[in-house]
Amino acid sequence: MKRVYVNEQWCLGCRLCEYYCAFAGIGGADMARTLKGVKINPRICVEENNGISFAVSCRHCEEPLCVKSCITGALTVNSDGGVIVVDKSRCVGCYTCILSCPYGAVSPSDDGVIQKCELCVKTVSGVPACVQGCPNNAIVFEERCVAL
Amino acid sequence: MLREGEVRIPSGCAVSGIFDRTGGRMSGENIIKSIEVMHDRSNGLGGGFAAYGIYPEYKDFYAFHIFYDSAEAKRDCEDFLERHFDIINLSKIPVRRMKEITDEPKIWRYFVAPLPTRLAQSQLDEREFVVKCVFRVNTQIKGAYVFSSGKNMGVFKAVGFPEDVGRFYRLEEYAGYCFTAHGRYPTNTPGWWGGAHPFALLDYSVVHNGEISSYDANRRAIEMHGYKCTLQTDTEVITYIIDYLNRKQGLSFKETAAVIAAPFWQTIEKMPAEQKETHEYLRTMFASQLITGPFSILVGFEGGLMALNDRLKLRSMVVAEKGDLTYISSEESAIRIIEPSLDNVWSPAGGQVVQLTMNNEQ
Amino acid sequence: MINYLYPLYEIVRNYDRCIACRVCERQCANEVHEYICDADKVVCDDSKCVNCHRCVALCPTRALKIVKSGNTYRENANWSCKTIDEIYKQAGSGGVLLSGMGNPEKYPVYFDKILLNASQVTNPPIDPLREPMETKVSLGAKPKAVERDENGRIINNLPPQIKLSMPLMFSAMSYGSISYNAHESLARAACELGILYNTGEGGLHEDFYQYGNNTIVQVASGRFGVHTGYLNASAAIEIKMGQGAKPGIGGHLPGTKIVGDIAKTRMIPEGSDAISPAPHHDIYSIEDLRQLVYSLKEATGYKKPVIVKIAAVHNITAIASGIARSGADMIAIDGFRGGTGAAPTRIRDNVGIPIELALAGVDKRLRDEGIRDNVSIVVGGSIRSSSDVVKAVALGADSVYIASAALIAMGCHLCRNCHGGKCNWGIATQIPELVKRLNPDLGYKRLVNLLTAWEHEIKEMMGLMGINSIESLKGNRLMLRGVGLSDRELEILGIKYAGS
Repeated sequence: MKRVYVNEQWCLGCRLCEYYCAFAGIGGADMARTLKGVKINPRICVEENNGISFAVSCRHCEEPLCVKSCITGALTVNSDGGVIVVDKSRCVGCYTCILSCPYGAVSPSDDGVIQKCELCVKTVSGVPACVQGCPNNAIVFEERCVAL
Repeated sequence: MLREGEVRIPSGCAVSGIFDRTGGRMSGENIIKSIEVMHDRSNGLGGGFAAYGIYPEYKDFYAFHIFYDSAEAKRDCEDFLERHFDIINLSKIPVRRMKEITDEPKIWRYFVAPLPTRLAQSQLDEREFVVKCVFRVNTQIKGAYVFSSGKNMGVFKAVGFPEDVGRFYRLEEYAGYCFTAHGRYPTNTPGWWGGAHPFALLDYSVVHNGEISSYDANRRAIEMHGYKCTLQTDTEVITYIIDYLNRKQGLSFKETAAVIAAPFWQTIEKMPAEQKETHEYLRTMFASQLITGPFSILVGFEGGLMALNDRLKLRSMVVAEKGDLTYISSEESAIRIIEPSLDNVWSPAGGQVVQLTMNNEQ
Repeated sequence: MINYLYPLYEIVRNYDRCIACRVCERQCANEVHEYICDADKVVCDDSKCVNCHRCVALCPTRALKIVKSGNTYRENANWSCKTIDEIYKQAGSGGVLLSGMGNPEKYPVYFDKILLNASQVTNPPIDPLREPMETKVSLGAKPKAVERDENGRIINNLPPQIKLSMPLMFSAMSYGSISYNAHESLARAACELGILYNTGEGGLHEDFYQYGNNTIVQVASGRFGVHTGYLNASAAIEIKMGQGAKPGIGGHLPGTKIVGDIAKTRMIPEGSDAISPAPHHDIYSIEDLRQLVYSLKEATGYKKPVIVKIAAVHNITAIASGIARSGADMIAIDGFRGGTGAAPTRIRDNVGIPIELALAGVDKRLRDEGIRDNVSIVVGGSIRSSSDVVKAVALGADSVYIASAALIAMGCHLCRNCHGGKCNWGIATQIPELVKRLNPDLGYKRLVNLLTAWEHEIKEMMGLMGINSIESLKGNRLMLRGVGLSDRELEILGIKYAGS
């Protein structure tokens, strides 16, 4: 399965991925209109320290702890591809998944339940918005033999 | 005289050639008939012939055919010739007065041998000495133009339709083993007598149909080797390239063809190692002698005839055989008119050399 | 102290579109942009802006643009604003004015006054989509005559040649003046394209020896990084006598850029200034050059062609004639528009001659002397497009060198502040966080794309001229016509006026 991977060597810490993610999450025709005056809450987050930076988002693990820990069955592995998806109507906001995800890739959403990257591949280019918007190929969307 | 720019803009020419591989001599009648069929491929602004084996009695002497615009030019030129050559014989070239051919210059023929002292002084080989002298006349003596300078061969050319030119020069009275003919539809030079084809240097003569797009690249490259392109015609530069490659560099006609109509790199890639190396070498060494753009040429030389198309075959050319005779022409009709029943007829591919030599046909 | 200088350019931020994502702030090494937390807005200081467009290109909402500030002094046809500003600068600093990239002044661009021919009626254009269209060239000296063995077989007596898939190479840019990633991009692109790139005078990083078959190694007056291994790793060796941007002067890479691998590759101590003398101190005349040519050939077993690179200057034809007899296999001529990492502005803008005229003159001179086949001619100094390539070849070049176009392909916006060392595009810098902005995977691909596109265009132009092999274009000046040129200019270029 194709996943989002980071090449931290090329990450500039510009955080454009966060904005493209937020834009993709809210939707709209124009980023300026969608995000003007909005405090973004993206599902990808750039970690930065000592001149090293990289973007973190859901790894879509083959044996996901978040799914295992979900008490309501709101988190499931999508049957047709291995993408871990959230059913917001089932989420009760217990945040067990947030505690159990080793990558910190699950976060509370603005409406109280949880949010995480669900691989927004239904973009024009067929790649997630964060990958599409990265200026330096620091986030890539590809098939790799080594599963995380 | 009509100059380029006053004539209709051009599209093509006609070439034709007959070669007897046994060396048997035929009259010039057939070649006139052959080129006459392709009347519409010319526009009356130039025609001519090269005939080989026509001067057996003077075969050891260079036969110079010269146009003079004036008596003064003739006097200057003859002065020059006398200083450099032993003139064995000189005469007017016999012509037939006819209304189709007008404005003719004085046309003279000289059989000459280089003066041994002059030749020795020049430190050149004999043929190079002759070439240098021909260039001297053509570039420095105003109104004189040497248009044929080989041994046992001659070029006959004029402004007019080629069949008229042949009759004007009474070509039917000559006998030779090889004839080539050209009907001209001038493209980029004024239609004057010297500019008609064939173009010749020593015993090389070239008739050409086409307009090469590599002209200026070829011209500037060949001029570096001592040639002077005074006519600015494709045929002139092609002749010099052939002279340079064949005579000066010692390439065979096959190798010469591999330079001027070189196989594509993609073809060379697929060749067996040894052949590949040779072709790579020739293309690299003689890159500036590659000719691109449409051409079909007949190259006459002592004892042989070579035909070649550009490598994309952008001009027509047909080869046919009957007994000892080989015919090469722009159109099959020009062959059928003189030999209706042929042993075989075929079209050479682009860049495929057809080389005919006495009793040794390839 | 009075600040005499008003910014030339002004950043216009459309606050209706700005979402305060701060990418501009994070990406500007010149610290132009600043996020004001209390106001939740980004503001900028135009005086620091070099107009490199990094922020403009990365702004996700197109909220930024850069315009001329429009501040002007009283109009004066003699004293331009630029001249006055330069005086203020020098009066303030007491220093020599420095600039990056090539001469930007309003001298004629002859390529733009030359038009190409096309086939109509008398001979057919050739369709490159249907017929083979050959752009392969072989650079190097050509022997005078064919030699054969006792069996009559042709002996390959060609001196070493460079084979290129198209008449184009990346010209010298040193590791140090440009970044590791820029070098890697050039090297990988050259390999994929079947052409060569040039190390410049900074030596060859050990990581790049793997690209040796596509590398020209340079020997310049500073001899940085030159050793036998370096010379033998290459496809060809270039002796740099001069450079179009700054003919007659040397180079100076400040010690601040001589860090880590750069110091190692150049074989000089870290932090020391890398100073290339103006002349080679072992070459004060043409006969000395011949000795260096043969020294390099001896060091490499006569297996590598030697290029001599010179700047296009007034007596270029005579110099080229001398070089063609020096044993060199190629002459590279760099026109006055040629780029540089840093040059004194006055020199860059006032020394040297246009490459078109230099090329036309040299090609003719070498032909007149019958020595054109002794050398191949490579020209650079602002080849900007495929049509410039075609025109240069038709004027007589065997190949061209491009550098500025390659940098632009990798993101350079010609802000001309290379000498500042803070290239926001990761090209002309050694600051690690800036260098990483050029990912060679992307940089190399963009170079390959550019030249693949040019190659298509070159083939189209050849085809419409009825030429299907690049060698038939070389020196084919009948394919060119001039417009807006004087008789003298036409004569030097060796071309006719349009319509004649």
